[in-house]
Amino acid sequence: MNSLADQLLVLVMLINLVMLGSSRLIFSIRAVAAQGVILGILPSLVHPLSFHLVAITASIILAKGIVIPYLIGDAVHKAHIRREVEPFIGYLPTLFLGAVCTALAFVFAARLPLAPEHRSLLVVPASIATLLTGFLILTTRRKAISQVIGYLVLENGIFVFGLLLTEAMPFMVEAGALLDLLVGIFVMGIVINQISQEFSTIDTSRLRALKEE
Amino acid sequence: MITALLLIPLLGALAAWVIPDNRRRPLVLPVIATLHLGLTVLLLADPPPASLNGWIWLDPLGGLVLLCISLLFTVCAFYAVGYLAYRQERSNRVLCMGLLVCLAAMGLVTVSQHLGLLWVALETTTVSMAPLIYFNKNARSIEATWKYLLICSVGIALALLGLLFLAYSTYLAQQDATLLLSALLATARGLNPGWLHAAVIFLLVGYGSKMGLAPLHTWKPDAYGEAPGMVGALLAGGLVNCAFLAILRVYQVCLASGSTELRFFQQALVGMGLLSMAFAAVFMARQADFKRMLAYSSVEHVGILAIGLGLGNGALFGALFHLLNNGLTKGVLFLTSGNIHRSYGNKTTEVVRGALTRLPWSGGLFLAGFIAITGSPPFAPFISEYTIVSSAFVDGRYLVAGLLLLFLTIVFIGMALTVLPMVMGAPPEEATPSGYRDSLLMVCPPLVTMAIILVLGVWPPAPLLTLLKNGAALLGVPS
Repeated sequence: MNSLADQLLVLVMLINLVMLGSSRLIFSIRAVAAQGVILGILPSLVHPLSFHLVAITASIILAKGIVIPYLIGDAVHKAHIRREVEPFIGYLPTLFLGAVCTALAFVFAARLPLAPEHRSLLVVPASIATLLTGFLILTTRRKAISQVIGYLVLENGIFVFGLLLTEAMPFMVEAGALLDLLVGIFVMGIVINQISQEFSTIDTSRLRALKEE
Repeated sequence: MITALLLIPLLGALAAWVIPDNRRRPLVLPVIATLHLGLTVLLLADPPPASLNGWIWLDPLGGLVLLCISLLFTVCAFYAVGYLAYRQERSNRVLCMGLLVCLAAMGLVTVSQHLGLLWVALETTTVSMAPLIYFNKNARSIEATWKYLLICSVGIALALLGLLFLAYSTYLAQQDATLLLSALLATARGLNPGWLHAAVIFLLVGYGSKMGLAPLHTWKPDAYGEAPGMVGALLAGGLVNCAFLAILRVYQVCLASGSTELRFFQQALVGMGLLSMAFAAVFMARQADFKRMLAYSSVEHVGILAIGLGLGNGALFGALFHLLNNGLTKGVLFLTSGNIHRSYGNKTTEVVRGALTRLPWSGGLFLAGFIAITGSPPFAPFISEYTIVSSAFVDGRYLVAGLLLLFLTIVFIGMALTVLPMVMGAPPEEATPSGYRDSLLMVCPPLVTMAIILVLGVWPPAPLLTLLKNGAALLGVPS
C-alpha cells in the first residue's frame, strides 16, 4: 500500500519539475490541478478508512482538482494571455535549481528526527521539494497568474507534510483551511482581472508605483 | 453568548447583502457594532467556562484583544456611516459585508483555544480585508491589494507549516498529535526540541509578516496608504492585534516548554522589534505621504510590542497595555487622516498645510493623536511605553533600553517634521475646497476614542488593570 503512495509522491515531484520548465499557463494550471487530485487520493492510502478520511478526500479533490483550476483558468481566459514571458530567471536555470532543491530535500529529510514509522516514506522530502518549487515559481515569474500558481504549489507542499498528521487537524479545521484557500484564490482571480483591465497586462513588475522616493 | 458574538456580525453581513439601498445599508454597521460591544462587555464581566471540548474559551489575553477590536470597530462603524454618505458614487455592499465578516473572524481569533482554528480565523481576516483595501478601485489600490494578498497569504501559509511542525513534535512526544492549547501547555516539557524549534521559527515568520514586523513589513505602507481611513484603522488596530495574539499563543507554548526555546523566541522578538523600529525611524523622516507615515508608525509600534514581549517580566504588562493603546490611537490617527485626505483631495504634505485652520476638529484630533502615539504624557501610550523602557532598565538590558529610547526620539522628530507643517500654518491658496466639512459623525468617533485614550492614561479603570494582570500572569509573570 505504501509503495503506491510513494509512487504518487514521486509523481508529485515530477509535476514540480514539469511546471518549472513550462511557459504555458494553461498547462501549469492543469499540472497543479493534477497535483491537487493526487493530494486528495494520498490520505486514503496512508491512513485507515473512516468517514473523516472520505470527507477530506472528497473536499480536497473538489477544491484543488476542480474549483481552483476553474477559477484560475477563468482569470487566464479573461486576461487573454497564454504564456509567461521573460521570467526573471529562465526556464532551464529554474528547472536546474528545482532539481537541485529536490536533491537537497532528500539529503535534508534524511537528517530530520522523524518517527520510526515515517522514515521510509517519501512524504517529507516530497513536501520540502514541493515547498521550494513553490517559492521558486513565486519569486522568478512575472505574471500575476504564475505567482498564484506558485502559491498553490507552496500550499500543496504544506498539505503533503500534513499527511503525517491527519489526526491532529480535525475535519473542521481542514475544511476551514480549504475554504479559506478557495476564497483567497477567488479574490486573487478578481484582482488579476482588475490588474489586466487597469494596466492592460498582468505583468506584476509593472506594479511599481508604490515605493519610497 | 460567544456563539452570539460570532453569529451577530455574520447576520449583519447577510443583512448588508440583502439591503438594496446604498444609503441605508451602512446603518447596519453601528447597530451590529453596538450589540457586539455590549456582548463583549458582558463576556468580560462574567467570562463563561470553556466550551466545545476546550476549543472555545475567552481567556484574559483573548479578552483584551477582543475589547480593543470591539471598541475600535464600534468607533469605525459610526464613522463609516458619515464616510459612506460622501462616497455614494459607488456601491458599498462589498465594503459593509467585508467589514462584518472580518469582525466575526477577528472575534473567532480571540476565542479560539485550538491553534488550527485560530489559524483558519486569521486567514479569514486576511482574505476578507482584501476587497476593503481595494475600495477606491484605482491602479494604486490594485497594486496595494495584490502585494497585501500575496505576501500575507504566503506568510500565513508558512505559519500553517509551523503549526504542522508543532503538531509533529507532539506526535513524537506522545504518539498523539494535538494543537489544542491546553493540551499543548500541559505536555510542552516533553515536546521534541528540534521540531519545536523549527515550528517556532516558521510561526514567527508567518505571523510576523501578518503583523508587519520588519523585515516582513513591505506590504504595510502600500496597503495602509491606499485603503480608506477606517479600513486602515482596522488593519492597524484590529488585524495587527489578532496576529499579535497568535504570537502570544506561541509565546505561551515556548514558556511551558522550558527556558531554552523561550530564550530563543524572546531574543528573536527583541531583534525583530528593534529592526522594525529602526526601519520605521529611517523611513518616517521626510515622509511626504502622511498615510504612509502612519503605516511606518504602525511598523514602529508592532516593534515596541515585540520588544515588550521579548523582554518579559514587567515589560509584559506594558506590552499588553500597549496593544490596547496603540490600537485605539491608530484609530484616531487613521480616521482623522481620512478626513484631512477627503478635504484636500491629496495625501502629500506638499498640498496639505494648515489643517487646523481648515478643519479645526479633524486637524486638532490628528495633532492630539500624534502627541499620544509618540508617547507623550498624559496619554495612555506614554504609560505603556514607559513601563516597557523602565522594565528594560530594571532587568539590566541597557543596550535594548538605550536603542528603544533612541528610536523613539528619532521617530518623534521624524513624525513631527511631517505632522506639524500639515496642521500648522495657513492652507495653500491653490488647494480647491472640496465638498467635505467636518460633520458630527466623522468627528465624534475619533473624539470619543481620544477621550478614552486620555482617561486610560490618567486613570485606568480597575477592571482593565485586573484583566491586564491576569493576561500577564498567563505569560509567566507572578501575580
